[in-house]
Amino acid sequence: MIADLLIQGTQMTLVLLLAPLLTGFVRKVKARFLRRRGPPLLQPYRDLIRLMRKEVVLAHNASWLFRIIPYLIFAGTWVAAALIPTFATGLMFSWTADLIAITALLGSARFFLALAGMDVGTSFGGIGSSREVMIASLAEPAMIMIVFTLALLAGSTQLSTVAGVMLSPTIGLRVSLGLALIALILVAIAENARIPIDNPATHLELTMVHEAMVLEYSGRHLAVIELAAALKLLLYVSLIACVFVPWGLAPAGATLGALLAGAALYVAKLAVGGFLLAVFETSIAKMRVFRVPDFLGVALMLGLLGTLLLFVSRSL
Amino acid sequence: MGGFVFDVAHLLAGGLVLGSFMLLYQDRLYALLNAFALQAVLLALSVAWQAYGQDAPHLYITAGIALVFKAIVIPVALHRIVARLGIHREIETAVSVGPTMLAGIALVALSMVVMLRVTPDADPLAREDLAFALSVVLLGFLMMVSRRNAVSQVVGFMSLENGLILAATGAKGMPLVVEISVAFSVLVAFIVIGIFLFRIRERFDTVDVNALDRFRGERQ
Repeated sequence: MIADLLIQGTQMTLVLLLAPLLTGFVRKVKARFLRRRGPPLLQPYRDLIRLMRKEVVLAHNASWLFRIIPYLIFAGTWVAAALIPTFATGLMFSWTADLIAITALLGSARFFLALAGMDVGTSFGGIGSSREVMIASLAEPAMIMIVFTLALLAGSTQLSTVAGVMLSPTIGLRVSLGLALIALILVAIAENARIPIDNPATHLELTMVHEAMVLEYSGRHLAVIELAAALKLLLYVSLIACVFVPWGLAPAGATLGALLAGAALYVAKLAVGGFLLAVFETSIAKMRVFRVPDFLGVALMLGLLGTLLLFVSRSL
Repeated sequence: MGGFVFDVAHLLAGGLVLGSFMLLYQDRLYALLNAFALQAVLLALSVAWQAYGQDAPHLYITAGIALVFKAIVIPVALHRIVARLGIHREIETAVSVGPTMLAGIALVALSMVVMLRVTPDADPLAREDLAFALSVVLLGFLMMVSRRNAVSQVVGFMSLENGLILAATGAKGMPLVVEISVAFSVLVAFIVIGIFLFRIRERFDTVDVNALDRFRGERQ
């Protein structure tokens, strides 16, 4: 019991500590591809500490909601990240919640963010919220279709079970899995506001989505929101790693050695994921906002097709 | 081993269906032709795998025909036609991508429902191939219906024929004579359509088939 609690606690701290590092790593690799030196790897941590020290500036008409929303977003994202088996399956929390719960937690975090964008009443916040909700209305059905595909294959929506089924030799080569993987990557790119959809590194009013919503935040509120964004990126990379490359996950009740090996492999998987993301982002151009429904429509289509094609495979 | 053969066949046939969706998604002509060539390569691979799996060496010839004609000759010829007609930058707006995709998904679901109902005791490999082949055929029809440009209608017709070949090879192979004659009839159809393209272009200065409606006096 104590050991379970300890492992779960380590997992939660680990994701929290690694999240800014992953963001920094992606930025560094991207800068390198563009022949720039790039900020140091630890820059996101420094940014967060700097923001924490700064004074909070609030608009006069900001409501109480505006002040608590950063913490709500952070809490929702952190709980969702805690549910994903990162280096070990069968963690304490993984039996109480599943993929649908993770989607719902992220969905509520997004709902609060859109609410915060509209709270102060500036025009940019409204634009950002409206765009965010447009993206969400397509990304969430796609995510749900992916969850259905995995659930039909594994017979459960619990991530530990899914990872176990993926490791077993009965799974074989399946088109549906490939489609689900591509759809999940597309959804992850859209949800994390990465390049073809949105670019959080700029403040270009024609295209900004995420930045427009958090424009009014400052100080520790902004720090918490940035940390939640980094955590969300890590969450999606770990989700893809857990479902599609589950090798090396320590089983329930493993020894300390297996846990450490799992953790090392997890960090390696994160590095590979971040590197591939940086390669993808430097090789593609930003999309017009009105092309975004097409992009996400593909994800939705792939998810639907994956679910359909399952019915003609050897056995469900 | 049986499981592995089935899995790879499933993967390749599923890739063909996905290729049809890629064709539906493209809105520029050169990208469309490249996607078509990719689908033809997948078809050749799929047929070759069927030849290996069913131990039917004459299917390798079919795969070769598919590779040479559908993946190389026809796309290159279409590239030339598009270049000569000077329509390579054409962006089509007949029906927008989203509704077409949804209609495509509905067609795939329909073909699965039909095929899985009518072939409950067939060999699983043939069953799965037939279901995929029917969806490729239906998606080819959808492509021909939803496009206005004559060149992309030709591509839709050709991709429809990819589905026919997949169905034919999945059903334990058909006689080589039939396959070769099908391949050549498609080639002849392609040549005829190519000539027609130039005739349409000569007459109306466009390959948009809406011009034909105007000519018949249906639309002012």
